[in-house]
Amino acid sequence: MTYSKKVKDDTRAALIMAAPAMGGLFLFIALPFLLAIALSFTNLRLGSPLPVQFLGLEQYRRIWLDPSFRQALLNNGLFALVVVPVQTALALSLALLLNRPLKGMALFRTLFFMPVVFPMSLVAVIWTVIYAPGANGMMNAFLDFVTFGIWSPRDFLRDPVFALPSIMLLSLWQGVGFQMVIMLAGLQAIPSTLYEAAAIDGSNAWNQFRFVTLPQLRNTLIFVMLVTSILSFRLFDQVQIMTQGGPNDATTTVMYEVVKAAFEQQKMAKGAAMTVIFFIIVLAITIAQRIWVKEEQVID
Amino acid sequence: MKDTFKHNIKETRRTNRKLLSIIGSYLLLTVLALLFIAPIVFMIVGSLKPDDLVLLEAGTLKAFLPEKTSFQNYWDVFERVDFARFFFNSLFITGAIVLAGLLVNSLAAYAFARLRWRGRTLLFALVLALMIIPLEAIAVPLFFQVTLFGWRNTYVAQILPFIANAFSIYLFYTFFIGLPKELEEAARVDGAGTIRTFFEIIVPVSLPVFASVTILTFLTQWGSFLWPLMVTIDEQVRPLPVAIASFQTLPPLQWGDIMSFGVMMVAPILIVFLVFQKWFVEGVASTGTKG
Repeated sequence: MTYSKKVKDDTRAALIMAAPAMGGLFLFIALPFLLAIALSFTNLRLGSPLPVQFLGLEQYRRIWLDPSFRQALLNNGLFALVVVPVQTALALSLALLLNRPLKGMALFRTLFFMPVVFPMSLVAVIWTVIYAPGANGMMNAFLDFVTFGIWSPRDFLRDPVFALPSIMLLSLWQGVGFQMVIMLAGLQAIPSTLYEAAAIDGSNAWNQFRFVTLPQLRNTLIFVMLVTSILSFRLFDQVQIMTQGGPNDATTTVMYEVVKAAFEQQKMAKGAAMTVIFFIIVLAITIAQRIWVKEEQVID
Repeated sequence: MKDTFKHNIKETRRTNRKLLSIIGSYLLLTVLALLFIAPIVFMIVGSLKPDDLVLLEAGTLKAFLPEKTSFQNYWDVFERVDFARFFFNSLFITGAIVLAGLLVNSLAAYAFARLRWRGRTLLFALVLALMIIPLEAIAVPLFFQVTLFGWRNTYVAQILPFIANAFSIYLFYTFFIGLPKELEEAARVDGAGTIRTFFEIIVPVSLPVFASVTILTFLTQWGSFLWPLMVTIDEQVRPLPVAIASFQTLPPLQWGDIMSFGVMMVAPILIVFLVFQKWFVEGVASTGTKG
């Protein structure tokens, strides 16, 4: 009797408590998500006099034949291929350096983390100045200095070869602190007894890293790489502010193409189809991560 | 005698090597740290310089050392654009999302974590599934919806869609589920209702997770660019990230002014970060250990 009363009580309170969040999630995430799929099969254009028609997979065929969109997929893929391993390795190295019980590590952690609180739009603006063309530009002068004068000045953001790597570099600068902090937490969660046992077995620093640190940090590493991969496919702010996708689509991205289609050309359906493809990529990365993490748990 | 001598040499070598590795670490960290803060110092120093010198001296060490400083660029920003307006917009939008989000998401998470009710498991699984949908995946139809509702160029369009957040619910959930059962039992004996129990018993012991969610939401929203770029048309409701992007292209190009704009845009978060650093780091770390 008292139990059933308690259950009834809970249901009412629970519904009241969960309703606002559930309503918001439904209206602003679930519904638009379903709408994205639905719209991608139509010809919807904002302000178009044509009636809305069902077009099947026509939009997908069109974007597949769109050379800019293909280039965008390629650019996002390249971005992920470079930034994910480099940023993860750098973050791990920093975390390992900072994890030693030495004085002043907190200060270094602060400095490396600082760019994380910078809005990406501001980062893009600052780095646009850093990449200024000519020998006076900061990046040009820096490269000239470290190569002992071999470097010849470039216009980084208008150079088809250097534009995308330039964007990669500033993204790395902004993002590495975030990863580093997550890895530091991961490192500190490793029980010190494991290292003590390894030391007793006579294993050196490298072996301790290989056989204790890396396996213990595996899930953290996978998580961090997942987040960075997804971020690589969300790439937009830097491109919009620094290069507008140029030169010649060298820095265009999936999201930049979405915005171009949906907001500049009002082609809602085309934009929706592109975001569906974007979502499929995100989903694939997420599933890959889940499988990878599970595997390890089974072995344990 | 001979043995201890040998032993001592070995010992000295080991400490020497250790000392060397420590010095090496510090050296490496210092070089990296200098490279890391260079863009930040460049921005701050640039904001204090005459406009034409920002680019001119960017390739020299003077980029990091101001010779004669003035706050002229800061006054210029206020003269050329309505900076106060942009700042207020960002603060209002971000503040509203953070506060409403804390309330709505923590309540929902509590219902999932601590109450028994029908449909709980299914609904929570759906919430978890929604976590993987980024804003970018739904930006187009959401823009379509907002246009239908007549919300373009409003605060509502920039606030309402971002209050309920699956990831925040998840962070709250993992915290609440770890609290001891006895907490609520005492309150129940006193005859307090569920919602009162939540506010009086649970919230006070859950400040760390509230801090984490606040920081993560604030960072995301303060820097949000794609969505406000899409839904704002004029300066009335435009937040800082979109404003700096258009200020950057506003003729005449004055790099000192742009740097000042940047400093004023990031200063509030930078100060809050330096003061509440521990919370920032814990907030970020929590996304990794719980994700």
